[in-house]
Amino acid sequence: MTAPSVKAPRRPLPGLGLLRQTGDMFLLALSVLKLMFKRPFQVREFIEQFWFIASVTILPACLVAIPFGAVIALQVGSLTEQFGAQSFTGGASVLAVLQQASPLIVALLVSGVAGSAICADLGSRKIREELDAMEVMGVSPVQRLIVPRVLATVLVAVLLNGLVSVVGTVGGYFFNVVLQEGTPGAYVSSFNSLAQLPDIYVSELKAIIFGFVAGIVAAHRGLNPSGGPKGVGDAVNQSVVISFTLLFGINLIMTAIYLQIVPPKGG
Amino acid sequence: MGTEVIIEGLTKSFGKQNIWEDVTLTLPAGEVSVMLGPSGTGKTVFLKSLVGLLRPERGRVLVDGVDMVNSPVKDVFEARKKFGLMFQDGALFGSMTLFDNIAFPLREHTKKKESEIRKIVMERMEMVGLGNADRKLPGEISGGMRKRAGLARALVLDPQIILCDEPDSGLDPVRTSYLSQLLIDLNAQIDATMLIVTHNLEIANTVPDNMGMLFRRRLVTFGPRELLLTSTEPVVAQFLSGSRAGPIGMAEEKDAATIAMETRNGLTAIRPDQIRAVAPQLEPTPGLPPRMAVLRRKKRVMSMLNQMPDAARRAVEENLLPSGGQWQ
Repeated sequence: MTAPSVKAPRRPLPGLGLLRQTGDMFLLALSVLKLMFKRPFQVREFIEQFWFIASVTILPACLVAIPFGAVIALQVGSLTEQFGAQSFTGGASVLAVLQQASPLIVALLVSGVAGSAICADLGSRKIREELDAMEVMGVSPVQRLIVPRVLATVLVAVLLNGLVSVVGTVGGYFFNVVLQEGTPGAYVSSFNSLAQLPDIYVSELKAIIFGFVAGIVAAHRGLNPSGGPKGVGDAVNQSVVISFTLLFGINLIMTAIYLQIVPPKGG
Repeated sequence: MGTEVIIEGLTKSFGKQNIWEDVTLTLPAGEVSVMLGPSGTGKTVFLKSLVGLLRPERGRVLVDGVDMVNSPVKDVFEARKKFGLMFQDGALFGSMTLFDNIAFPLREHTKKKESEIRKIVMERMEMVGLGNADRKLPGEISGGMRKRAGLARALVLDPQIILCDEPDSGLDPVRTSYLSQLLIDLNAQIDATMLIVTHNLEIANTVPDNMGMLFRRRLVTFGPRELLLTSTEPVVAQFLSGSRAGPIGMAEEKDAATIAMETRNGLTAIRPDQIRAVAPQLEPTPGLPPRMAVLRRKKRVMSMLNQMPDAARRAVEENLLPSGGQWQ
């Protein structure tokens, strides 16, 4: 019988912890995907979470979308004026809103607002042993709590993306037409000359992926707080930072791929 | 009838820190066992390892053929339905009323109608004396009530194995006595295997059929109550008498210098002749069925009688044999 307590202390490899956490997160994502289809689906929890996330994100989303759409329209308007291409102002700014601004605003809101709330909720349940109690009762917290939360985040992200696109575009229109004296008809008709349907598809696809990743990261941090109430605070902090970083990275990759595989309409 | 829990060579560490190792014992079916140990000896970790919430590095926990440590997750989840675990502070769901908390396992695992659920839940709540608190949220009630609600929730699926994590902590002595009686009554009613983790001496003296003790990263001993209550093993004797004299110190163990100093100051370990008489075990409240475990235990203890030390044997004879007057 060898006592493990006297084993020579082994220096952990640097970066091993990071790898382990990443692996854990992927495992969680896999089990969420698997348990999504397991019955019974937690309808009530899903609706409650959906309602909660929607109610805390809609107003800030609109409030951020209006000035965001406006600055894009103003900037694009001023640029196109210098080239003498004012007729493309509308098309260029709607592309920028739809493909970049809107998904990024959604990313900020689902990870900053929804993700932090989910992480704090799960973290406090974890330290109060509620999740352990659930497991002892033979109920999987992943299926019971996390699947509905992740799905709610995804659905809110998709719908929010639509809302932000519309509000941003309308905001851009208003500022361009009213403040920069653009032509209303030219602004709207130029949408068709540059933008195309795949732009909406990729925008919504981004929203789905952002919602999923933000939900998984929040759940993963919430499930593993490092002991005590302070640990929950730290976990929320980490959750927001990690999902911000991931979402911006994913956005870069998806944009690059999209630009490679979908031919631009204007060319 | 309860289910036997066989624990073999269980070892648990957190990082480099070893909690306990090579714990081997069997919780006899339907009997009440108590695990003692000073604070910080990993009693709660032990309970959580039994239900598979924590994963020991080595060893097995066998419940009806399922190994709670190494079996596939699916089997472990299924086997957990046989368990009821009462957490130290209840671990109730903060967002649900007491009623919904206690109804939770029924709603998750059975297809009972709401009226049936209501009946079962109210019955369990009466049992633990929470008859009219069903609409309260866990945040609105006292720690003792939360504990009892946690016990009610653990009982609602009629578990075959009930684990209680420090049922006495935060309770006054009177409520602790009531809870002890409640646990014995429960055992008489549903004949479940029970393991109570505690450092309360009253519970240790009056409730269990069997006792064990964790100290210095190992299981010091596990056996019938008479064996431990008459034990001259310094750790056990010190703990059960609540004395400062002995190997247990403020920080888990004492060093030789401290013991030497204490001896100079007249603090000496308990001598065999100072061991107290074994207190009678609690009986179920009159009107309830007799505990089935008593007969089974008698048979089991009698068969090991000749391996016991004299004091323990005398205590067993006094308590279990008709001539002792205790046997009915």
